[in-house]
Amino acid sequence: MIPAPFDYVAAESADHALDLLASLGDEAKLLAGGHSLLPMMKLRLATPTTLIDIGGVASLAGIRAEDGELVIGATTRHQAVATSDLVRAEAPLLAHAAGLVGDPQIRHRGTIGGSLAHADPAADMPMALLALGGSVTVQGPAGTRQIAADDFFVGYFETAAGPDELVTEVRIPRAAGQPWGYEKFVRRANDWAIVGAATAGGRIALANMGPVPLRAHAAEQALAGGASADDAAALAADGTEPGEDMHADSEYRRHLARVLTRRALAGRG
Amino acid sequence: MSILGTRVLRVEDPRFLTTGGVYTEDLQDDRLAGACYLTFVRSPVAHGRITGIDATEAKASPGVVAVYTAADIADLKVVKPMMPSWNAAMTQTLLASDTVRYVGEPVAVVVTEHPYQGEDAAELVAVDYDPLPVVVTMDDALADTSLLFPEAGTNVIGRFGDPAELDPNLFDGCEVVVSRTIVNQRVAPAPMESRCAAAVWGEDGRLTAWIPNQGAQGTKGALVGRLGLKPEDVRVITPDVGGGFGAKFGIDAESVLTAWVARQLGRPARWSETRYENLLGMTHGRAQQQTVTIGGLRDGTVLAYRLEVVQDGGAYPKIGALLPLLTLLMTSGPYDIPRAESVAVSVVTNTTPTGAYRGAGRPEATAAIERAMDLFAAEAGVDPAEVRRKNLLAPFTEPHQTKFGALYDTGDYAAGLDRVLEAAGYADLRREQAERRARGDVVQLGIGLSSYVEITGGGDESGPPSENATVEVHPDGSATILTGTSPHGQGHETAWAMLASDKLGIPVDKITLKWGDTDLIPEGGGTGGSRSLQQGGAAVQQASEELIEEARGRAAAELEASAADLVFDPAQSAFMVAGDPAAVVPLARLAETERLFVRTVFSAPGATFPFGSHVAVVEVDTETGKATLLRMITVDDAGYVLNPLLAEGQRHGGIAQGAAQALLEEVCYDADGNPLTANFASYPIVTATELPSFELVDMVTPTSYNTLGVKGIGEAGTIGATPAVQNAVVDAVAHLGVRHIDMPTSPQRVWQALRAARSENA
Amino acid sequence: MRVELTVNGQPRADEVEPRLLLVHYLREVLGLRAANVGCDTTSCGACTVLLNGESVKSCTVLAVQAAGGDVVTAEGLSDGEDLHPVQTAFRQEHGLQCGFCTPGMVMATVGLLRENPDPTEAEVREGLEGNICRCTGYHNIVRAVLLAAEMQQVSK
Repeated sequence: MIPAPFDYVAAESADHALDLLASLGDEAKLLAGGHSLLPMMKLRLATPTTLIDIGGVASLAGIRAEDGELVIGATTRHQAVATSDLVRAEAPLLAHAAGLVGDPQIRHRGTIGGSLAHADPAADMPMALLALGGSVTVQGPAGTRQIAADDFFVGYFETAAGPDELVTEVRIPRAAGQPWGYEKFVRRANDWAIVGAATAGGRIALANMGPVPLRAHAAEQALAGGASADDAAALAADGTEPGEDMHADSEYRRHLARVLTRRALAGRG
Repeated sequence: MSILGTRVLRVEDPRFLTTGGVYTEDLQDDRLAGACYLTFVRSPVAHGRITGIDATEAKASPGVVAVYTAADIADLKVVKPMMPSWNAAMTQTLLASDTVRYVGEPVAVVVTEHPYQGEDAAELVAVDYDPLPVVVTMDDALADTSLLFPEAGTNVIGRFGDPAELDPNLFDGCEVVVSRTIVNQRVAPAPMESRCAAAVWGEDGRLTAWIPNQGAQGTKGALVGRLGLKPEDVRVITPDVGGGFGAKFGIDAESVLTAWVARQLGRPARWSETRYENLLGMTHGRAQQQTVTIGGLRDGTVLAYRLEVVQDGGAYPKIGALLPLLTLLMTSGPYDIPRAESVAVSVVTNTTPTGAYRGAGRPEATAAIERAMDLFAAEAGVDPAEVRRKNLLAPFTEPHQTKFGALYDTGDYAAGLDRVLEAAGYADLRREQAERRARGDVVQLGIGLSSYVEITGGGDESGPPSENATVEVHPDGSATILTGTSPHGQGHETAWAMLASDKLGIPVDKITLKWGDTDLIPEGGGTGGSRSLQQGGAAVQQASEELIEEARGRAAAELEASAADLVFDPAQSAFMVAGDPAAVVPLARLAETERLFVRTVFSAPGATFPFGSHVAVVEVDTETGKATLLRMITVDDAGYVLNPLLAEGQRHGGIAQGAAQALLEEVCYDADGNPLTANFASYPIVTATELPSFELVDMVTPTSYNTLGVKGIGEAGTIGATPAVQNAVVDAVAHLGVRHIDMPTSPQRVWQALRAARSENA
Repeated sequence: MRVELTVNGQPRADEVEPRLLLVHYLREVLGLRAANVGCDTTSCGACTVLLNGESVKSCTVLAVQAAGGDVVTAEGLSDGEDLHPVQTAFRQEHGLQCGFCTPGMVMATVGLLRENPDPTEAEVREGLEGNICRCTGYHNIVRAVLLAAEMQQVSK
C-alpha cells in the first residue's frame, strides 16, 4: 500500500530529466501522471530509488497541429486529450479512447506519454496509437528519434524506448472525417479491456490479445483486398495467442476479437 | 401529525458530509498518543508447514519496536470451533503456529513507530514453508484425501441432517423432475472501511479498545475470551463504522493482537489493514454448492423439492460453517410444497474462512429454490410467474409453521408477486421479448423473477429475541437514548430519535443516541440479521412509553392532581390536567430534581418473516454474452415503514449487492489456493455504471410481534435480487436452449452456455 | 523535503518524505481526515479531493507532486455553517449511509458538475465510475448529484 522509500527530484526541463536519468541509471524512473507507476510502486512491484518528476515541464505538455500531424506532448493528461477540439476533429478515435481510460480522477492525472511508456497491452492508449498509425518521439543521450507505433511495443509492459530515454511527444496523422471504430469490452466501465478492437484508415488494432497491442494483419489484408467488413473481421484473431485469466480463456478472447473487430469496422465516423 | 412514517432526513448527515465520520483509523484521542503500529506478515501459501521464521533483518529495520510470532503468544488460548458439535480438532491460533491453511493467514506481526515503516519491515521477515497439498474445491475437501487437520480425520466440520434419511421416493408421482447442481459462489463483503483497531491499557489495568464492529458487547465478549481477561477490565468503544454487512461481528485475531501488543509493550497500539489484506482476511460470504431436485405436474404444480448443500467453511470453521442451518430452515421458502427435504454438510478448504454476509444463509436458500422453480417451469413449459403463483402459500395472518421449523408470522406472497408483476408491466415485457426473439435480435431481453420469504430478528442461544434501551429526558428539554443496537449506516440516530420524539414530544434534533460503548451499555445484540428496528427500535418506543408513565407520578405531585386525571400531550411535551389547560407541567421540568430515565428490555415473541417478489429485466448481447441489468422492480414487504427514506436506502443497498452477486462478483482461487481477486481492480465490486435506478413498490403487511408492526428490511433486497437477476439472464437465452448459467453470469459463462446449447441442438 | 501548497484556501509548508501520499499528508500532517483510504489499487475513490480544480485520487498523488497546487477537501467545501449544494443534495436524497465513501463521492461530484453542469443519469453514473459505495446501491447518490446539478443551475 505504501511505496518503498525513494528520492524525488522535479525535473526543470526535458534535458534536465535526461541528465538525471543518465546519472542515476536504471534505478531511477520518470514520473509524469504517476497513475501507471505509482499503483505499481504502492504494491511494491516497482521499487525505483529515485523518481524524476517531469509533470512540471511545460514543454512536454500541449496539443498542436503541425502539418499533417497532431503533436501531443507526452505529459498531456488524458482529460485534455479527450476534450481537445483539435483531437476530436483530427483524430476522434484518440479523443474517444482517452475518455475511456480508467475513470475521471485517473484521466485528470494520467498522461498519454506515461500510458504509452507503461505499455499495458490491455490499455487504451497503446491500442489507439497502433490503430492510428501514430508514432512516439523519444529523446535520449544519442539524440531524438521517432518510433512508429508498430515498433514501439516490444514486449509485455516493455517498449523500444531505452532506460535512458524520455518519451517527449506523440504524433498522430491528421485524419479528419476518416471513419473509425473503437470497441472496448469490459464488465465494469472502469476496467481494462478484456479484449479491445480499434480501427481507423484500414488499420485494425487489438488490445489484450497478447503481450503487446496487436495489428490484426489477416483482417486488414482481407479488407484491403476488398473483403466485406464481416468477412475481414472473421480473421481478426488469426495469428494471435491470447492469454487466459478469470475473465476469459483464449478461445473466448479470440471470439471477442472477431466480434469486436466487426463492430468497430461498422463503427463511427 | 405523527412523525412516524415520514421521510425524516438523517440527523447524523451533517458531520459525515463536512468533517467526515470518525472511523477507527481517524481517531485522535489523548489515550492513544504515542501509539505504535501493527503490520502483519501473512502466509503467501495456501497450505504449508512453517519450518522457520527469521525476523533478524526485520528487527533491525528503521522504527521497528518488536516482532512477534506464535511462540510469543503461546500462553493465549487456542481458538476452538464455535459449535460443540463440530470437529474439535479444527483449532486456530491467533498467529499460525506450525501450519498455515490459507493465503493471508497471519503468521507474524511487526510493530513500528510509524505505519509506513511497518510495510518496510514486514517484507524483511523471512518465513520458510514446506508446502502441503492444497484443497481448494468442496469436492476435493469431501474426498478427504488431503486433510487440513490431520487429527480431525476428515475435512468435514459438521453436518445438518442425515443424507441417509433422504426419501428415495420423494419424487414419486411427478410428471416432471429436474435436478441440477448449482453454485452459490463465494463473494467478499468488502465494506468500504477495512478492519482496524486501537487499544490502550490504563494505569488502572483496564483495557480500552476501539474496534469497528456490529455489536460492541459481542466483540467485548470475544476479546475477553481470547485474552482470558475479566469482563470488568475491558471496555470496547465503537467509533463510526464504515459498513459491516455481517463481517464485523465478533472479533478478528488482528484486533485481539492489537490489544495484546498494547499490554506487552505498555503503550497504545493501532492496526489497520490494506484492502488486499481485507479481501484475504475478512470472512467471505456464501460459498455453497447446491444440488436442487424439483418435481411436479405438467400444469405447474410442484409436488416435491430436495435441497442438498455443501458449505465451504474455509480454512477454520467460523459462522459461515453454521449458516446452512438457516439455509435449511428456509428450504421451502414462500411455497406450499407437499414433500420437501434438505441436508447440508460444511467442510474446510484452504481458503479464507467464511462468515455472515448480508442475508447469511437465507439468500442461498432463496437462490436455490428460485432457480429450481425456473428449471421446473422450463421443463414443464409453464410461465415462471404462473408456476410461482400456483405454488405460493395462501395468505395468512396467524403464524404458519413450516416443516423445517420456521414459524412465519404474517405473509401474503401472492399479492407481492402480483404487485411486482403489475409494476414491471410483465405482459408488455413478455411481448417485447417475443418480438425480439421472433426477429432474432442480437440483443435479447430476459425477465427474471424471484419470490422470497426470509427470517429476521431471531433469538439466539442466550434466549428469545430482545433488546434493551434507556431513554432519559434532561431538564433542558433534550433527551438521550442508549441502545443495544450498533448502527453503521442504518440511520438509528434518526430512527430511534423519531420513535422517542413521537412519544415524548421532544424534537428529533434535540435527541442524542449513544451506542457501542460497553461501559455505558453493557448489554446489547448489535446490528445485523435485520433485527434492529423490530427489537431495538421497539425497545426505544417501549422505554419512551414507560418513561411517560414514570413521569406521570411526578407530574401528579407537581400539579397536585391524581395521576388518572392527567393527560400527556406530545405536541407540547407536557402533562396537563384533563379539562384544565392552565394546569400544565412540561416533561423536562420533571427531570429537574431527580433524573428522569427508564431502562427497558423489549422481548419479541419470535423472529419475523419479511417477504417479497422481484422482477429483473436484463439485456443479453448474444454475440458477446454480456448481460446488462436494465430494470429492477421489487416488492420488499417488511411490515410498517417507520422512515421511508431509510427503508428505501436499505432496499437499494441490498438490491445492489444481490444483483452484483448474480452478474459480477466472485472470489476466485487458482488450483494452488492463490487468490485471484484480492484487490478492487480484480474483484469486480459493483459500481454505479453497472446498475440502473431501482423501482421500489410499496407493500405493508404488518407483524403482530411488536406494536410498530415492523419486520427487518436490511437483507431483503439482497435475498430477492440475486435469483431474479440470475433467472433473467438465463431467461434471455432460454429460447436458444440454455437452461442454466451459474453465477456470476459473466459474459464468458453466458457465451459458453450459448455455444453448448447450440452444439446440443445441432 | 519541503512542499508548499494551498489547502482549503490556507497556505501550507511542510517537510515530507517523498513517498508520503497526498491522502496521508492531508490526514496525518494536516489533520483533514474526511478523505479515507478504501483500497490499494486506485479503484475506490474514497480519497478523492480536488487538485487545481479537478477531482483526483489523493492516494495516487504524492504530496510532493501537489507542490504549488491548490487542494480542496470535503472539509473545505462548506462556507461556515452553510453546506455546499452538493452536500445539501446528498443529505436531501439520503445519498449516504455509513459515510465512508461520502467525502470522496462528494468531491468527485463537485468535480463532475464543474465539467458537466447538466448531466444525464447515464453521465452521472459514468462520472462516478471511479467511486465505489457498498451501502447505497448508488440509487440515491445519483439522485443527489442530479439534485445538486439542478440547485447549482437555479442559483446561477
